[in-house]
Amino acid sequence: MKQLLILSGKGGTGKTTVASSLIKLSSAKAFADCDVDAPNLHLVMAQDKEPIKKDFYGLDVARINQDKCISCDLCRQNCRFDAINVNEGYVVDNFACEGCAVCTIVCPADAIDMLPRITGNLSLYKNDHVFSTAELIMGSGNSGLLVTQVKKDLTQNTDAPLAIIDGSPGIGCPVIASISGVDMVLLVTEPTLSGFSDMERIIQTSRGFPAKIAVCINKYDLHKENSEKIEQFCEEKGISFIGKIPFDKAAVSLVNNGLTLVDKEGLSKEAIVGIYDKIMKLLYGEEKI
Amino acid sequence: MKIAVLSGKGGTGKTFVATNLARSAERCVYLDCDVEEPNGHLFLNGPLLSSSKVSLPIPKVNESLCDGCKKCVDFCRFNALAFVQNRVIVFDKICHSCGGCKIVCPQDAIYEVDREIGQIESRTYKNTQVFTGKLLPGEESGTSIIHELFDKIKPEDSLVIIDAPPGSACVVMDSIKDVDYCILVAEPSIFGSHNLKMVHELVKLFNKPHAAVLNKSLGEDNPSKDYCIENNIEILADIPFSQELGKLTAEGKLVVEYNNEAKELFKDLLDKIYKEVRI
Repeated sequence: MKQLLILSGKGGTGKTTVASSLIKLSSAKAFADCDVDAPNLHLVMAQDKEPIKKDFYGLDVARINQDKCISCDLCRQNCRFDAINVNEGYVVDNFACEGCAVCTIVCPADAIDMLPRITGNLSLYKNDHVFSTAELIMGSGNSGLLVTQVKKDLTQNTDAPLAIIDGSPGIGCPVIASISGVDMVLLVTEPTLSGFSDMERIIQTSRGFPAKIAVCINKYDLHKENSEKIEQFCEEKGISFIGKIPFDKAAVSLVNNGLTLVDKEGLSKEAIVGIYDKIMKLLYGEEKI
Repeated sequence: MKIAVLSGKGGTGKTFVATNLARSAERCVYLDCDVEEPNGHLFLNGPLLSSSKVSLPIPKVNESLCDGCKKCVDFCRFNALAFVQNRVIVFDKICHSCGGCKIVCPQDAIYEVDREIGQIESRTYKNTQVFTGKLLPGEESGTSIIHELFDKIKPEDSLVIIDAPPGSACVVMDSIKDVDYCILVAEPSIFGSHNLKMVHELVKLFNKPHAAVLNKSLGEDNPSKDYCIENNIEILADIPFSQELGKLTAEGKLVVEYNNEAKELFKDLLDKIYKEVRI
């Protein structure tokens, strides 16, 4: 199976809009949403059947047994995440606790247990296609573990030749977990100074992996000079530049009606078709475009 | 007073609101907590005054003392240690720096060294002191950078604006847990409203007073506006989509410095926030 991952660095450049359009256009039989912090792909990918839901257990969380605690303060002193507060007794701040279990080994009274905790909800849709998605429980850490599970649920439940994966913004743990193992990363950027700066950082991050990298610009005509700079940058760095999508005021209302850019004839659709062709060439042969 | 600007969804205009708001105040400290993709300094672009490293301690094994008991490997909950060919190997980037391996080692064979994960840059732009957290590409977590950013706040700082990362995970929580007020920036799509709901639940969980700013409104149906009305979230400003404001922002310019309407809008927004916080 070939895996295509959509990333951007900066948020709001149109990852999900592009991902959903590519899924529709290619009638993809396998896709996933790895933006577990703020998943949105399900909003435009209407599903016939209810998903198979399961809880995702992250790292355990510490709990102090008040009956055994002797208030020696050792747990608080040794916790590097400031996750132990002293109120009326010693209590663990569940949000700050990373589950390292250091407190359990320094406690002389054997008063601390590590308990399992649910950090996300996984949903797997099985129709004529397979769609794997998840939502991180608010304020949870280690979202990379959940991302890895989303991908595993997808790949274990289909033998489709192509999987399209919507990623998350940023360059940190969920992004790194999503890049691992994919064949190609498509970066969706926008012609703003912020979009450009963030693109450079996600390129640096992606280059630590063997995946091919390609760039497209969304809403390119909102600032043509900046778009040219981005295109030029890609050329200088030897990165495949595979398309420009024009700004379309109708895009928001398409999305709000659960549709994608390829559900309406026009320049946006043409751009997506061109991008898709180049993705296929890159995925199945050509080194660079 | 510490105000966090957050959104759930990326690209709704957190940095746009946070930087223009900062510029509208008399004096302000601005913390860019979006350490994975910090952009505030592109707008509040004073010369770089200083850059300090942010490091985390990671374990090293003194092989002459290690007897291969593997207690460290068994203890590590993050799988950052492995025992390969009779040696303990540390995977630096997976390590959470909890220090547990050092504590459990009966041979005292583990010591710690600092590993750089990012920087904090300091600038001054006109009325604003700008602190930018930057995570090095390839690093997993910037939470420790966010903690150090908050240490930059001095008791005498009357207004601190915090530009939070997108999402609703641990880094967002770290950015808002010590603030007095949260501004939720939302755009008029179902993506925007779905993610607005997520951060709204987060601020409620932390009992933070909050209000919304709607950005890039198209004058048509606006699911984010509907969500605010249904959930009694006060809308402090409704900023229409504008090619002109978009172009200025694309070029790294503060709209309050170029556009009078925007200047009035942000001044009004800041006044409203002051009133809200005082209540």
